[in-house]
Amino acid sequence: MSASEIIPTAPLVNASRFRAAHAADWARLERIVTQMEKRSVRALDDDDLLALPSLYRTALSSLSVVRETSLDRSLATYLERLCTRAYFQLYGVQTSLWQQLARFFVTGWPRAVQAMWKETLFCFALLAAAGLAGFFLVRSDPAWFYAIVPGAMSSGRDPTASAEMLRATIYGEQREGMLAAFATFLFTHNSQVAIFAFALGFAFAIPTLLLVAYNGLSLGAMVAVFVDKGLGTGFAGWLTIHGTTELFAVTLAAAAGVRIGTAVAFPGRRARADAAVVAGRSAAVAMAGVVAMLFIAGVLEGIGRQTVQGDALRYGIGIAALIGWLAYFYLPRRAEAGDALAVSR
Amino acid sequence: MRWPFRAKAAVAAPLSLRRSFVTPEGVDLRLELGSATARASAFLLDWLLIGTVMITATIIIFSLSRGGGIAQGQQSQLLGIVWMLGLFVLRNGWFILFEMGRRGATPGKRAMRLRVIARDGARLTGAAVIARNALREIEIFLPLSFLGTQAASGAADGFLILFALLWSGIFFLFPLFNRDRLRVGDLVAGTWVVNDARASLSVDLAAKNDGPRRTFSESALALYGIYELQTLEDVLRMGRPDAIATVAATIRAKAGLADDDDDLDFLTDYYAALCARLERGMMVGRRRDDKFSGVAAR
Repeated sequence: MSASEIIPTAPLVNASRFRAAHAADWARLERIVTQMEKRSVRALDDDDLLALPSLYRTALSSLSVVRETSLDRSLATYLERLCTRAYFQLYGVQTSLWQQLARFFVTGWPRAVQAMWKETLFCFALLAAAGLAGFFLVRSDPAWFYAIVPGAMSSGRDPTASAEMLRATIYGEQREGMLAAFATFLFTHNSQVAIFAFALGFAFAIPTLLLVAYNGLSLGAMVAVFVDKGLGTGFAGWLTIHGTTELFAVTLAAAAGVRIGTAVAFPGRRARADAAVVAGRSAAVAMAGVVAMLFIAGVLEGIGRQTVQGDALRYGIGIAALIGWLAYFYLPRRAEAGDALAVSR
Repeated sequence: MRWPFRAKAAVAAPLSLRRSFVTPEGVDLRLELGSATARASAFLLDWLLIGTVMITATIIIFSLSRGGGIAQGQQSQLLGIVWMLGLFVLRNGWFILFEMGRRGATPGKRAMRLRVIARDGARLTGAAVIARNALREIEIFLPLSFLGTQAASGAADGFLILFALLWSGIFFLFPLFNRDRLRVGDLVAGTWVVNDARASLSVDLAAKNDGPRRTFSESALALYGIYELQTLEDVLRMGRPDAIATVAATIRAKAGLADDDDDLDFLTDYYAALCARLERGMMVGRRRDDKFSGVAAR
């Protein structure tokens, strides 16, 4: 027996004793965290719930100790990952889906829309200007129509169409069964376009603005065709019933895109990435609301305007919807108690 | 936070994906960013799942609508609506709803052990999740749908294909060009994708309750430092007989010890003894990082 002889010993290493002393606590924390990840805090019993904060702090201090004094790498890794998981269950906790939804509709959405009123006004002005331009271009020379509106979209509603045919598109009955399906299609399609307009804002907002201008142009061109045949009032009514909601939604989606684009291009005093994050999050809230708006517009378009045939009623519904949206977004409201205390913004 | 594109000539980008992340209690969790490979795999996996759900649902809906009875028109219309809404929710909601959940991860991300977190350590809000996923619209769907429509109308000439590829190349590879592996969506939403791997508490190699141990001479233990100790830990935990035999032979040769025909036991004992020695050194401020370093004061 030279350098290596065999003798009985107790644990040699501090880390082993440390581990023996705390392993039970770690295991309990791990069990609780796993349970929280699978279901929710409510699934925990009272004992576990009370023990959770102290178990978490114990694990964190164990991690610090182990990093400083132990050479057992797997132990450090274990504690690191356990603490990370616990951290996200404790600090990353989301309130329930219903609470989030309620907060979104009561404060989050209107506030996000209010915050970008400048962009909204600008996009609306652009839409209106493009609409007027489209209108006067087609009035001066109908050939412009074909340059602006693609054939598939106009589906025969072009300057050569007869007044009867145009009248039928406004007042005609669609096949009874297809209304809801049509509304659904419009909703999903428009929402996808809105999300797209929002995302395109990142490219310095230019593609978003082009999209708005193009929408305005084709709208103006359409109006011109109907006005030409003396159907202006009817077409406007047909448009108003859902258009106030839909065009408002499109304007808001574009405004959300513009907000991101301008934040990236002109971050002001903030760092560029920070400005993008602030703008991105609030614009995303507004954009999620746009999807809800488009859902209502889809219902109005697909069902409302087919079943409501009177011009006056169409105007009434459309204008009422517009007033409703404006009131919902821009009427000043009392700051919520919880929000008034939140210093983070 | 700096704009991640800015090249800083003076500071070389750190190769590690570890980022410091200090909890309110003041402990640095040292999170590890998800690698580009893991994130790409998670994304593909998610799309595979979405595709599977889509196809299954479509088959079910079509077989239902074909087998309809009297009110077939009404019913097939209803099914059509369900199908369209389902598609919309799948495409836009899959990522958003899953990432808003307690795990902060889609099934694909969960499988690849990733999770989305807010860069500032605060709660991951719904707004951030929506923003990061809506941006995917221009990262992936724009060039794809653009190419799709062009190809469908037979007008996909070389220039357009090149343009679409360039566009998607810029956005696809964006995470590789900044050190925090951010997508454009992450950038705008202020999020990070980090590794969320688990580890279980493995056996304590230094603790052996039963049986006697070998003791080693001071010179035999002075051969190695912390780096070698942890390499030895890996070898022991992996438990591959050939690796164990090789390592045991090397140590015996260096320390001048006789072969006692029990490599695993020998290595375990050596590990425990070396660990104890290095740990004692650390306690009194002598930390030895590897076999090349002498005894350096910390």
